[in-house]
Amino acid sequence: MATEQQPYRKPLPELHPEIAPYYTGGLRAELMIKFCPNCNISFHYPRTVCPECLKSDTVWRRASGKGTVYSYTITYQNLSPGFREEVPYVLALVDLAEGVRVMTNIIDCDPKDVSVGMPVEVTWERAEELAIPKFRPQKS
Amino acid sequence: MSIRGKAAIVGIHEYESRFDPQASELSIQADSISRALDDAGLTKDDVDAMYSHSGFLLAEYLNIFPDNIDTTQVGGGSYEFHIAHAAAAIAAGQCEVAVISYGSTARTAQRAIGTGGTATRRVPFHPEGFEAPYGTTTVGIYGLVARRHMHEFGTTSEQLAAISVSTRQHAMTNPFAVMRDEITVADVINSRVVSDPLHLLDCCLVTDGGGAFVMTSAERAKSLKKKPVFVLGAGQAVAHPGMGTRDLTTIAAAQSSKKAFAESGVKHKDVDLLMAYDSFTITVLTTIENLGFVKKGEGGPFVAEGNLTLKGKLPTNTDGGGLSSNHPGQRGIFLVFESVRQLRGERDGNQIKNAKVAVAHGTGGGLSVRHSGGTVVLSTEV
Repeated sequence: MATEQQPYRKPLPELHPEIAPYYTGGLRAELMIKFCPNCNISFHYPRTVCPECLKSDTVWRRASGKGTVYSYTITYQNLSPGFREEVPYVLALVDLAEGVRVMTNIIDCDPKDVSVGMPVEVTWERAEELAIPKFRPQKS
Repeated sequence: MSIRGKAAIVGIHEYESRFDPQASELSIQADSISRALDDAGLTKDDVDAMYSHSGFLLAEYLNIFPDNIDTTQVGGGSYEFHIAHAAAAIAAGQCEVAVISYGSTARTAQRAIGTGGTATRRVPFHPEGFEAPYGTTTVGIYGLVARRHMHEFGTTSEQLAAISVSTRQHAMTNPFAVMRDEITVADVINSRVVSDPLHLLDCCLVTDGGGAFVMTSAERAKSLKKKPVFVLGAGQAVAHPGMGTRDLTTIAAAQSSKKAFAESGVKHKDVDLLMAYDSFTITVLTTIENLGFVKKGEGGPFVAEGNLTLKGKLPTNTDGGGLSSNHPGQRGIFLVFESVRQLRGERDGNQIKNAKVAVAHGTGGGLSVRHSGGTVVLSTEV
């Protein structure tokens, strides 16, 4: 897990119960994704109601943490605190093995080595009481 | 009930200044409404409907008491939605003279529309909480679409750059355009990368500005000063990540254009002018494809062949667009102004000969996340 910036300056989500496990699962090294037992599908972002059948008996499931890069952009300009110190960084969409796509950063590699289709795995960045899911190249 | 041919755009005014520290969002709209009414040959007393995201405040500023008001705010494409709503209200007899307006002082306020990102420490969890922590910028949100388009279809940076080049050629004929020096594909490729694969010259400007237009019934339009531009069809759509599996190269335009074209009865080959929202070059490319002018993946070669110029198959953004003329943050209203100028035959220096049909498509929001798409089909003939 990447060490926390001191102090952490990037924006963080309000830790509402409806979404909290996504940002706290990493404290136990678990990537948590919502699942609908009626539809037998995972979905993201997390919400109480299943976006397919609109029933509310959805559950959190531990995901494999493995995925592939669907798309990415190397950001060279972001004036916001926390990010301006980190450019260039990789903003990416990752397709998880569970069939959902998450927005994230690809870290622990040279941005120029990232490609569409690249296998990646989850890691986390500590931020106050949260652990932000991020991804790095899968170790072969 | 179809809105086809029931309402017309009868007056326009584009606020000329691109940098006006003395102006406010309301003053720009008020001045523009006054001039658009002059253009139509109407007065303040004729106005019974107001469409603007600041319409509630604007009614007071102008001392107007409208019967019909709509403050729909779906980002840059809001004005194409306003046309759809106003045409329906006019067709239903709920109002007769609607003013649609926009004003922004983004340049004066130095608002970071493109690369500022949010600086809020704790952001709302749905949906920003799943985006802002990762450093989303407006350019990055569109860069994700560009990268995916390149991966799926082999689209190149040079092809995207061709859009900047043709748009600049158009701007060189527009005395109010901010950027009027000729550029080449190499200039775009060699400009600095803001969010790979998008370069600085793939991105729109940040300016002040705004404007207004007037709509009324087809019947009343016949007795006014200028040649009416009729609304033949309109379509509205939103696209979003859904359950987290959206195809990134399919945008809201695919849905909104089907309804707009079907209602209008117009064929793609009959379109003389396309005004496609150009926040970024990739926005134009995906819009041309999703509106159905070319198949998905064929947009790159199509624009690189020069088809967006006056000599091409689909003259596009003939005022210089957001890339070179102006972009105060929500540019959808300027797509309407240029459509009307071309259809009236008033576009000095860059007039499409005998232009009869224009399509304007506004995109608002973030292309790889949630965004709106509003398509309108406009013509001098019903």
